[in-house]
Amino acid sequence: MNIWLFLISCVLTNNFIFSKFLGCCPFLGVSSKVETAASMGIAVTFVMTLASLFAYMVNAWILVPLHLEYMQTIAFILVIASLVQFVEMFLKKSMPAIYSALGIYLPLITTNCAVLGVATLNVTNQYNMLYSVLNGTFSALGFLLAIVLMAGVRERLESSKIPACMKGFPISLVSAGLMAIAFMGFSGLV
Amino acid sequence: MSLILSPAPHVRTKNTTQRLMLNVVISLLPCAAAGIYYFGLRAAIVLAVSVVSAVLAELVWQKLAHQTVRINDFSAVVTGLLLGLCITPSAPWWMVMIGAFFAIIVVKQLFGGIGDNFLNPALTARAVLLASWPALMTTHCTPFDAVTSATPLMTGEASTMQLLLGDVPGAIGETCKVAILLGFVYLLVTQTIRWEIPVFTVAAAALLSWALGLDPLTTVLSGGLLFGAVYMATDYVTSPLNRWAQIVYAIGIGVIVVIIRKFGAYPEGVTYAILLMNIAAPLLDRVMPQKIYGCRKARKEAK
Amino acid sequence: MSNEKRGLGRIFMNGVLTENPTFRLVLGTCPTLAVTTSAINGLGMGAAATFVLLGSNMAISALRKVIPDKVRIPAFIVIICTFVTIIQLLMQAFLPSLYESLGIFIPLIVVNCIILARAEAFASKNPVLDSAVDGLGMGAGFTLALTLIGSIRELVGNGSIFGISLLGASYQPMLLIILPAGGFLVFGSLLGIINAIGNKRKKGAKA
Repeated sequence: MNIWLFLISCVLTNNFIFSKFLGCCPFLGVSSKVETAASMGIAVTFVMTLASLFAYMVNAWILVPLHLEYMQTIAFILVIASLVQFVEMFLKKSMPAIYSALGIYLPLITTNCAVLGVATLNVTNQYNMLYSVLNGTFSALGFLLAIVLMAGVRERLESSKIPACMKGFPISLVSAGLMAIAFMGFSGLV
Repeated sequence: MSLILSPAPHVRTKNTTQRLMLNVVISLLPCAAAGIYYFGLRAAIVLAVSVVSAVLAELVWQKLAHQTVRINDFSAVVTGLLLGLCITPSAPWWMVMIGAFFAIIVVKQLFGGIGDNFLNPALTARAVLLASWPALMTTHCTPFDAVTSATPLMTGEASTMQLLLGDVPGAIGETCKVAILLGFVYLLVTQTIRWEIPVFTVAAAALLSWALGLDPLTTVLSGGLLFGAVYMATDYVTSPLNRWAQIVYAIGIGVIVVIIRKFGAYPEGVTYAILLMNIAAPLLDRVMPQKIYGCRKARKEAK
Repeated sequence: MSNEKRGLGRIFMNGVLTENPTFRLVLGTCPTLAVTTSAINGLGMGAAATFVLLGSNMAISALRKVIPDKVRIPAFIVIICTFVTIIQLLMQAFLPSLYESLGIFIPLIVVNCIILARAEAFASKNPVLDSAVDGLGMGAGFTLALTLIGSIRELVGNGSIFGISLLGASYQPMLLIILPAGGFLVFGSLLGIINAIGNKRKKGAKA
């Protein structure tokens, strides 16, 4: 598939949040402010790209030759956990500014199902190395777009007279549903 | 000097909201008349069901939530009328009703009622109906008889004159371009809306379709582009507040419409384009500089 | 004896009602939204998660004095992962069609916050039997919630529950509800309704 079409597919048509439901926890949890949502999105993009690469290497070079495919989930979660740990240490030492901005989100990413999800999807879709990495980056960009838009909407809702029983999670979910309806317009673009 | 910053809508007093909404209703009458002229009794029924259901939904919700009943601000009438006008005359009554209930209760009241919804209620309801009953929503009838057919957007067969007068299959209010333009002029004269959003939307769509090798005139005159640009995109509550943001918003709508029409699965993209830009509106307001207001004020004061 | 039984009963009901993972704690939203397009998918997902919860809670509780505090989270994840792999292989072998329709969300049970949360909050501090009951209760609460959402979405979006047509041939299903957008809308509205009932009760208790 053409790289541009692949980008549109990952970001708009098959958006991780609005059509695949991957990464809903941070999408609902860390989207009350645009700045924090953007930081989270960028951190996720960073980790998902690297996780796709390393998970691909572990799978193709270790698990498949040894016929250990059933160990995939365990192998991937270990790769992701250690990757996040490593990224955290690296940022802390060499880029303290970025670390202080993204620091608190990094540990959360280990249990973000989007990261393990993209690694698993790369294998089920039998993507090669390049497309695995691209899938990681592009899908994460879709997540970034979704979470930033959501934060924009939620900041607006702060001044609204929302009924008491809908405040918090319920109204966020309904907003996400309405946004998903709008994103349906992109179906068939690819 | 103290500046007052306030969120949308700027107009909160009951009388003025009522006045503005009434203006919108009046401006929609030519479209409704044209729709009923072309599609007959069933168009009238769709419009009636839509308006009555919307007002009823508003009334019931406000009673149940122990709020002051404000159906006389005409906003529910506008939502109902807009919804009725943007769906096909052959729509069954129960579908129209579900659409109106969804628009008022889910899109508007759950978010706090008038002024607090972030998406255009009528358009969201239309998108919901389109996703739920695609076959019923895309069955159009040709004017003056009950034969069902595809819209010219799918077939590409209609003369410019036919498109202009509305003698084509389509949604009740969107086919007659003359009536829409009449309403547009009325809205401008009464200062209900400003010209920027509709003009930039249509211009962006025309320009992009020309660049992609399509006929710009057909792009503008077919489907719901004009109707959406004049009545839906200009909704105060769901469009950006500052002027530059409004222009970017309008261009975004025009561009997405053409992209969806040319490359997407749906023949018509106006609904989704406007909804998507509604979602982006709060961000656009943040990102775009608010300079233009300051400039104008400064100049006025200098005089 | 009866006292102890009541204790276990309370632990179980805590998971089903008081701290229902889906409706009260709002954990594990991804599978809740993604797999509930039909009642059977909801039930299947709930059952798989219950199996993992039961297994991991028991294992972690049994090992709670052996696992050093510093590496407990990675250790928990490895234990959870083991049970996920077991259920994955079992479902592949015995329920291939269900496994197919739940797809990627079976391996993703690993990162379901409910399971890690119970390991951290309950199993690492309580004896094996209590932890097992807690796992079962939480699992039952999760399963009930998913089956409820799945039933509603299947009924409105397809006119049936568990594949049995209920609304007759003339019913025109509202497709949106089984599309992704419908998942968000149904879950959000249900949470709103539950909150409204809760608020009313609180008011009633005060008055």
